[in-house]
Amino acid sequence: MYLLLVFLSIIGSCLAGLFGRYLGSWGSAIITTSCLFVSFLISLFVFYEVALVGCVVYIKLATWMSSEVLHIDWGFMFDSLTASMCVVVTFISFLVHLYSTEYMSHDPHLPRFMAYLSLFTFFMLILITADNFVQMFVGWEGVGLCSYLLINFWFTRIQANKAAIKAMILNRIGDFSLLIGIFLIFINYKAVDYATVAVLTPFFKAKSVNFLNIDVNLLTLIGIFLFIGAVGKSAQLGLHTWLPDAMEGPTPVSALIHAATMVTAGVFLVARSSFIYEHITHVLEYITIIGALTAFFASTTGLVQNDLKRVIAYSTCSQLGYMVFACGLSNYSVGIFHLTNHAFFKALLFLGAGSVIHAVNDEQDMRKMGGLKNLVPFTYSMMVIGSLALIGFPFLTGFYSKDLILEVAYGKYTLLGYFSYFLGTLGAFFTAFYSTRLAYLTFMSKPTGHRKVICYAYDSGPQISIALGCLAIPSMLVGYYTKDMIVGVGSHFFGTAIYVNSQNINIFDAEFISTFYKTLPVKLSLLGVISAFILYNFQSNLLFKIKVSNLGKKIYTFLNRKWFFDKIYNEYFGQFFFKFGYSVSYKFIDRGIFEILGPTGLSMIALKVGSSLHKMQTGYIYHYTLVILIGATFLFGIRQVWLLFGFFIDYRLFILIFILAFFIINSLNDKKITE
Amino acid sequence: MLTISINYILSLTCIIFFIGLIGIVLNRKNILIIIMSIELLLLAVNLNFAAFSIYLDDMIGQIFILFVLTIAATESAIGLAVITVFYRLKNSIQLDPIRKKITKKV
Repeated sequence: MYLLLVFLSIIGSCLAGLFGRYLGSWGSAIITTSCLFVSFLISLFVFYEVALVGCVVYIKLATWMSSEVLHIDWGFMFDSLTASMCVVVTFISFLVHLYSTEYMSHDPHLPRFMAYLSLFTFFMLILITADNFVQMFVGWEGVGLCSYLLINFWFTRIQANKAAIKAMILNRIGDFSLLIGIFLIFINYKAVDYATVAVLTPFFKAKSVNFLNIDVNLLTLIGIFLFIGAVGKSAQLGLHTWLPDAMEGPTPVSALIHAATMVTAGVFLVARSSFIYEHITHVLEYITIIGALTAFFASTTGLVQNDLKRVIAYSTCSQLGYMVFACGLSNYSVGIFHLTNHAFFKALLFLGAGSVIHAVNDEQDMRKMGGLKNLVPFTYSMMVIGSLALIGFPFLTGFYSKDLILEVAYGKYTLLGYFSYFLGTLGAFFTAFYSTRLAYLTFMSKPTGHRKVICYAYDSGPQISIALGCLAIPSMLVGYYTKDMIVGVGSHFFGTAIYVNSQNINIFDAEFISTFYKTLPVKLSLLGVISAFILYNFQSNLLFKIKVSNLGKKIYTFLNRKWFFDKIYNEYFGQFFFKFGYSVSYKFIDRGIFEILGPTGLSMIALKVGSSLHKMQTGYIYHYTLVILIGATFLFGIRQVWLLFGFFIDYRLFILIFILAFFIINSLNDKKITE
Repeated sequence: MLTISINYILSLTCIIFFIGLIGIVLNRKNILIIIMSIELLLLAVNLNFAAFSIYLDDMIGQIFILFVLTIAATESAIGLAVITVFYRLKNSIQLDPIRKKITKKV
């Protein structure tokens, strides 16, 4: 049954993908959706048995690799961390499947789409249920691959192709460093399963390894490399540029990638590797900084985006920043708690956005919507619930996790704690601002869309409404019901799944920070909501004046161009690698060195030597006699020369001379051609 | 008895030999001069044989001289005969016309 949870999705995927032609759109949709529904029910059971009752389940399926000390099993481990992730993933994925059956119903490739979605879910389940790093890497790569396939689903659009390639490549950068991390673990621990690594880690505290000729602490190195992997997958600052571009795929895909599955993998990895990170506090500090910066960066960028989905994408990026810095401050359970809550309301937001986009004839620009409040009331209410949960409106889901993150950040009483607290609080203000802006521009302002579009806007059909409704309930209630269970003081929920060094625990300190700082995030969020509403409703002229003023224009451009990250990457990295690829690796090495030393060069030089030797036969007798004379002299003299200089000549020099001869003859030839 | 060190004789023969060689190499026109140079080479060798025959007090050297003289005479006779036939064909005994045209193609 535990295995069924994982493998139902691949069964559905194979059926829909391989036999989609015979099953038809509806057949494959029903099969995949029902598979996911069953696996959601099973995951509920798993959650009950593993997380609530407390029976950790470990299933060793088969041996995968066994060679010398390398021993890797197909093992599935269900502890409370995995179980809670399983519930989230299968729930969101099931609803996304259900939603897609209507959202994509007019697409001729619905079976393929459903197959990809199910495959994605399967790989995500493999990722979270793995009991070793290598199996986790299978899932890690699998979700990367599936994100490529799904972003590129409408493969006839060049933007989708570019976005998919970008997502794949930026993820590969992270995957590469994750691989290095796994290699380092294997080389030093001689094992890759979590249990062994966790047990052995304290013994490696002082061990340093030689990496690129520098002696570094082993755990530091592993921690950094694993974290760079997480940076790529979770779109943290540095490797975040793929995430907003991934909006090119269909909306359910965005919901799946950005809410429940792919981007959460990075946070999951950090939480799963807590037994390593807890021994290297300085790496945790870097994680905190990166997370806090991401939270701030993405929320400021979200302020001025005009694409409905892009705003939500930046919001995802920002919320992931919160999770990561929560993990960086050793509050992994809080990070995971925010992850689960975020999954619900972000999926709600994305699916609601999809419903809006559906209603206004696939228009994504918020400036061309407006006034949809009365036209799509159900979607409107769902989006408002999602937005309020996102901005941490009191007693909705987001409030419980986000405020807790900020509280524990302040309760750390370190410089980094304050740093991340203030960036996070400012980010919360901006989050509230852009969420309100989104809601206002889309629903409340005067209609600004085309008359033909607005007139035919209507609420979506049953499947979309059911999916939205099912997500709205946990978006409101999950935080309230599970807070004490997951992150309550003294809660035993995660048990051994997450290890926190007793020196790093500060959940008690967070209880005693002053009320002002405790309530500051909520106050700022509410201020953000109110100010955004007032500014957009009554003072839009003032906003316009700010936008066209000299300083305002600069700030607007800076934020609207996403802090120029893309520009810098394209101009400095992209251009550099293109140039390198053409002029160095292609023109210099492939067409240069390999051409001269390779078969082409050899045959060309043999020909050239032959022709020049042939030229020595001039046909003049006196030339022949001269050659004979020289030859005879040489033959007589060579022995004497050898006796004198033989001692100094190294045979290996001949190889050098041989290679040099290639270049000399080649350059002579070039000179002749140019002349 | 007037005795001359063998070294002088050997140097003399060497010089004559090299004059012959240079005659062959530097001569660009006339075939007759080549035959004369070859005679010079053979004479130098003969002188060398003679010198060593006396120096080593060995008869074989002088016998060899006689053979070489014979061969040299026949060789120059045949060579002159070739030249006369060649002259009849080409109406000159210049070396250049012997040269065939080299095809430039490789």
